[in-house]
Amino acid sequence: MNKCLHCGLKTQEVYSNSEKASDTDSGDYFCCNGCKIAYNIINNFGLKSYYRTRELKSGEKILKPDENVQNVDMSAFSHKDKEGNFNLNLIVSGIHCASCIWLIESILNKQDGVLFARVNMTTRRLVIKWNGDIKNGDEFVGLINSLGYKLMPYDPEIIKEIDKKEEKRLLLSMAVAGFAAGNVMLVSVSIWSSDKIIMGMATRDFFHWFSALIAVPAIIFAGRPFFYSALSVLKSKNTNMDVPISVGVIIATIMSLYETVNHGEHIYFDSAIMLLFFLLIGRYLDIKAKGKARSTAHDLLYLMSGSVKINDNSIHRVIPLKDVKEGMEVIISAGEKIPVDGVVINGKSEIDTSLITGETIPREICEGDEIFTGNINISSPLTVRVKAHGENSLLAEIVKLMENAEQGRAKYVFLADKIAGYYTPVVHILGVAAFLMWWLLLGLDWQPSLMIAVTVLIITCPCALGLAVPVVQIVASGNLMKKGILLKSANALEKIEQVNHIIFDKTGTLTLGKPKLINIDNISEGDLRLAASLASKSKHPLSQAIMDIYNGKVDEYDDIIEFSGKGLQSSNCKLGKRNWVFEGEENINDSIEESNKNEYMEIWLKNSSNEYAQFIFQDDLRADSNEVIGSLQKQNYALTILSGDRENIVKNTAKKLNIDDYKYEMSPKDKYKYVERLKSEGKVVLFIGDGLNDAPSLAAANVSISPSTAMDISQNTADIVFQGEGLKSVEDIIFVAKSSLNLVKQNFMIACVYNLIAIPIAFSGFVTPMIAAIAMSGSSLVVIVNSLRLTR
Amino acid sequence: MDILIYLIPIALLMGIIGLCAFIWSMKNNQFEDLDGAASRILFDDEEERDNE
Repeated sequence: MNKCLHCGLKTQEVYSNSEKASDTDSGDYFCCNGCKIAYNIINNFGLKSYYRTRELKSGEKILKPDENVQNVDMSAFSHKDKEGNFNLNLIVSGIHCASCIWLIESILNKQDGVLFARVNMTTRRLVIKWNGDIKNGDEFVGLINSLGYKLMPYDPEIIKEIDKKEEKRLLLSMAVAGFAAGNVMLVSVSIWSSDKIIMGMATRDFFHWFSALIAVPAIIFAGRPFFYSALSVLKSKNTNMDVPISVGVIIATIMSLYETVNHGEHIYFDSAIMLLFFLLIGRYLDIKAKGKARSTAHDLLYLMSGSVKINDNSIHRVIPLKDVKEGMEVIISAGEKIPVDGVVINGKSEIDTSLITGETIPREICEGDEIFTGNINISSPLTVRVKAHGENSLLAEIVKLMENAEQGRAKYVFLADKIAGYYTPVVHILGVAAFLMWWLLLGLDWQPSLMIAVTVLIITCPCALGLAVPVVQIVASGNLMKKGILLKSANALEKIEQVNHIIFDKTGTLTLGKPKLINIDNISEGDLRLAASLASKSKHPLSQAIMDIYNGKVDEYDDIIEFSGKGLQSSNCKLGKRNWVFEGEENINDSIEESNKNEYMEIWLKNSSNEYAQFIFQDDLRADSNEVIGSLQKQNYALTILSGDRENIVKNTAKKLNIDDYKYEMSPKDKYKYVERLKSEGKVVLFIGDGLNDAPSLAAANVSISPSTAMDISQNTADIVFQGEGLKSVEDIIFVAKSSLNLVKQNFMIACVYNLIAIPIAFSGFVTPMIAAIAMSGSSLVVIVNSLRLTR
Repeated sequence: MDILIYLIPIALLMGIIGLCAFIWSMKNNQFEDLDGAASRILFDDEEERDNE
């Protein structure tokens, strides 16, 4: 079996290639003309090493170049800058590894006039800068399109920069805190390791002033994220972990300043700034993950920018998508992405709904059927009456639902914040008690009494408490990473532990999302060979499924014709839909039992001796689905399947997996509502899904998991992404979540014990900065060491 | 202890240089594409690649 040189799919096709590649011994194989064109472009530019360096992960959707790439007018998005050069900003889809960005940049840089071409691999955005004609941009875009990447122009002004600014502010705060922490510690170590008599009063004062000079501005600058958050939460009469952190840091700073001015002994600048530094690191990583999810949502909305062809009283015109009105007739040619929601008024075709539903098998549509934005028209032109577009289309609605759900999620109160709710008042009351006790009961002056009260507040500073959760999260995510599981939201594990209801999507989640030939034992070898020979010429998923399973030789037929939506034909042999293969032979058609017609996908083969063979396909379950589902049921989780698929197929899957609760023909909104309803009933929901149609539910669920074969948007929405063919990862995740929550609880215990010991010492007025530093770092260390047990 | 008068400003200066370098790189968008930068270093020069 040979593989297509460009896309790597199994193929029998040999598209003659005038420029024969020297390093292929068996000739040049391509699955289609598009791949051949792409290969030749790459070869002609001398960039063939791309094929050697690229990494194709198994199960990844491989870019399939179109055969006829037409240049699109990009001039509306090309901006002229001050030097007279043109700039074009594009969103690139189809990038799967670093070699892709190398390929795109190298090819563009070899074009005349291109001054600059750079792909940002994180955001998948491309900037091209060139001088000369504005029309050149169209060619550049056409060139990259013919390599199989899809380009979407965007206006950089519109993409919201708010997150970026927030991210930069945090990064800057972190840098300043890090710088100050380093320098203050430098001095602090000298102060701790010496005393007034050895180093002299003047030197110590100098050190104190030096620390103050660095620390105070840095604390004011770097502490702002915490101060603002604490203020806003206090305004809404709540408390979170930021409140004790802010109070602790501010009090430590003020008291240290007071000590510095009065030639005192104890300063705590180091503790305050170090705490801020560590906490800022965690916060920065958090915002980074969230920002990524949002940027893919925006990319999706850009799917809807562009132009469409409309039929205006039988005159065809091209207009910008934003000018499309309800009721207009839009013409969608074969291979085009559907830009609007609407009803088909003319034409018969198949559409690829995988973007929305995750289903791999194209759906047949004819007049009167509804189609949605983001689907792809496969076989023949359609005329569609517009019902909704842009902001009102299904795609936009999905993105909107998702954003709503993301906001709802922010309301979750984390364990650390819950504890802070008890912790903050207790600590602050203790501080006041210490002050009153020393001042009123023990007759000390008010200044030293106040000093003791402040020490109480500082030594109870929530170091260990603040670290209790993040350290476990870091260790747990490292642990999961080794198993190919990416923990995207740091708090996901905490939520998973509380889950009592698990919802699965069917296609692509419980199943592999690919059809598989299941009745191979009933098909004679000759029939299989014939079917494979016919199928080798087709890109239809069912043809690919036959090719996947067939490993023998195929025969070459010159006269194979593909009838789109029907099947393949060579002389009198036919492979395709039931009623097409049996055309004109009604009596035979009736005699074939139709019992399993709705549960499986089937195609029929008619061979040269007029015999018929049935090919049955099924979307295969992941190998360990049964086992994992069984073990989840044993752990008393309620399980539900929510699928957009038809009743029989869903029922069949549910029966095989022994799941009683299943819902079928669910729209993205139905799924979302179902999740919301369960949540309002007090259930804690884990959603596992992969399609774009699952994205709102993934966001709405308390916590969500997505396989790495999922749509980008789903992967970015989900809290956890797992690799590999098995569902076993789900079990692993739940196990790690449970054990890490145990550790978190232990850590909180340690922090409490530490406070129980430290508070009396502070109360009695014995604490020096040295003791405070040792006690605080000691408690943090114990917490960290305890968390590391998870790696074993 | 007089040496402190030199040493501390030197230490501080070094720290400030580091901080300024960081702020400079941030303003220059060096942190925009962390994934790409990690791989970019592995790209060979074009001449080398073609001769292989």
